[in-house]
Amino acid sequence: MSGLLTQEFTVNMGPHHPSTHGVCRLILTMDGEKVVKIEPVIGYLHRSMEKICENRTYAQCVPLMDRFEYVTAMSAEYVFVNAVEKLAEIEVPERAEYLRVIMLELNRIASHLIFYGATAMDIGALTPFIYGLRERELIIDLFEMTCGQRLTYNYMKIGGVSHDIPKEFIPKCREAVKIIGEKMSDYEGLLNENPIWLARTKNVGVLPTDLAKAYGVSGPVLRASGVKYDIRKNDPYSIYDRFDFNIPCRHNGDSYDRYLLRLDEIRESLKIIIQALDGLPEGDTLKKVNPFNFKPPAGEMYSRIENSRGEMGVYIISDGTTKPLRVKMRGSSYNHVQVLPKVATGVLIADLVATFATLDVIMPEVDR
Amino acid sequence: MILATAELIGIFQWLHGFLVDLGLKEPWLSIVVYCLLSVTVFGVLCLIALFLVWWERKIAGHIQQRFGPMRNGWHGWYQTVMDALKLLQKEDIRVDTRDKAVFFWAPVICFVAAFMAYIVIPFGKGLIVADLNIGILYIIAITTFTVISLLMAGWGSHNKYALLGGMRSAAQVVSYEVPMVASILTVIIFSGSLSMVDISNSQQGNLIFNWFIFRPPFGIIAFITYIIAATAEANRTPFDIPEAEQELVAGFNIEYSGMKFAMFFLAEFVNMFTVSAIATTLFLGGWNGPLLPSWLWFLIKTLLVVLLLMVFRWTFPRLRVDQLMEFAWKFLVPVTFANLILAGWMKYAGWYW
Repeated sequence: MSGLLTQEFTVNMGPHHPSTHGVCRLILTMDGEKVVKIEPVIGYLHRSMEKICENRTYAQCVPLMDRFEYVTAMSAEYVFVNAVEKLAEIEVPERAEYLRVIMLELNRIASHLIFYGATAMDIGALTPFIYGLRERELIIDLFEMTCGQRLTYNYMKIGGVSHDIPKEFIPKCREAVKIIGEKMSDYEGLLNENPIWLARTKNVGVLPTDLAKAYGVSGPVLRASGVKYDIRKNDPYSIYDRFDFNIPCRHNGDSYDRYLLRLDEIRESLKIIIQALDGLPEGDTLKKVNPFNFKPPAGEMYSRIENSRGEMGVYIISDGTTKPLRVKMRGSSYNHVQVLPKVATGVLIADLVATFATLDVIMPEVDR
Repeated sequence: MILATAELIGIFQWLHGFLVDLGLKEPWLSIVVYCLLSVTVFGVLCLIALFLVWWERKIAGHIQQRFGPMRNGWHGWYQTVMDALKLLQKEDIRVDTRDKAVFFWAPVICFVAAFMAYIVIPFGKGLIVADLNIGILYIIAITTFTVISLLMAGWGSHNKYALLGGMRSAAQVVSYEVPMVASILTVIIFSGSLSMVDISNSQQGNLIFNWFIFRPPFGIIAFITYIIAATAEANRTPFDIPEAEQELVAGFNIEYSGMKFAMFFLAEFVNMFTVSAIATTLFLGGWNGPLLPSWLWFLIKTLLVVLLLMVFRWTFPRLRVDQLMEFAWKFLVPVTFANLILAGWMKYAGWYW
């Protein structure tokens, strides 16, 4: 190929592009099919949520959090509520904690199912998407049954949860867990050993351990790179220390490992849900606080949880009034977008798409 | 009621006689008859293409545990007709910076080239527009026109995604042409003729075991390699990189709208039917088969091959562009050529047939 004159050209991938998962814009410098340079441009989904929170009472901030991470809205709510509760030292009823764990884990599964479908679609297999959404529907129905909402729940309240579960929730939930557990083999059968799938994901977008640590990558992406770190185990919040579950970990750090790891996580989450359902105590679900006159003591608090994408955190500074002085949200997708140019420069555009998909970035978390 | 093939031919013979009675003389007689034949074939194929679009959506739906189109008629049977009507009404959006002539002619060439192949495809015993003695060679030559149109579409759109799609399609189709031709040549060694009618005739008799696919191992290998190459030729998943939605948004047809887009779309389905029809004629005995009329046999076999291609599309992920090339040049080409050479040697030695 020497002597062949080529010219690099710039392509705007996004903000409107099928595989940028929302409105991420990647300015690609390309040499033919090869990506020479990637420059992510973020901010297309910026809603200045941190600033809005400063003008809302604590209770009013919770529905905003749904929009912070709408694929796993439960965890976004939880992390805020948890920070406030830690700051004000509110004891949450036992039953509420169990319900929170059930909802968080159900939402994690729902998110991973979306990941499964969306990634397969980005790599060109169109059918798994529908399969993933089909089982997600069971979970969404459970949420709808509980709090009337399917995507933005406003379920977590300061001091507990907004609604107790209806009677038919537990049998339905057990059934959903059983169905999802059975369908896992379907998912794996569709893709895990498919030679095209292997060719497209193995050794694609390799994220080495040191790079992952350097960029503050967290969650499944970090665990796929060989770091066994999960906040649920390493810094347990809520009642996660009562459950018996494993932290799946893989070592290659490529797209295939990230994909497999999320499927493993679904299994672990199912285990947690069953244990939580078994141990669910009777009692109150909400310790009432006055939402209009709730004043946590002055001070600051950081709460972090393991979201389906990684470490999600909320940092609150309170000046003792009804409104927070400052709220800072930390989304793991931000770091994942940041690491993308390091991982995917020099590959073909198809590999860039596969890498981006398995990093499982969602844009509201990046832009807030 | 199933129309016997003889009746179908009879209609045209009657027409021919009618025109002679009217006093038409050569060459006008031939021109009128061939025009009528072409229009008939064109009409039938348009119907088939519309049917295939609907069928594909149905199959996709059922693979994905959905229903597919359900609203327009029984199981949505006239959904694609309505879609086509909708596309006809759409504004034809054109980019200002386009290359005007190239942009305009690309869908036309694509559409025409897709239909031209049917001149030599035998739909049944005697049901062929023109039995050229270079039939299969003609088809290979004509279907390659599609590449030019895709390249033109990519270039004329003045869009980088479209250009990438066009270049990809050129590289892909040119590469896969080689194994495809090599597999076709294997059949030509069997039959000793390039004419589609002769190829069909040489698979007659002995129930189904005279079909070229049942000439192990060369027939079956050639069939499999042909199907793989044909999938690539028709730009279908897992080889649909020219229009890879998740990478190039829509590839070469990104700037096309309205009926121009519909022309690409229909041409894609006609191409799929073409490659399946060739597979049927070359490997699956063409219109040969017991009991049923020959055109029905041809249709059934072709639709089964189409079904295979459709199931491919809804089950496989997409290959990457370099893997695609490697697969063609490092695997398919050696295999097909080895197959071809061995088959030729066997034929020459007279061991087998």
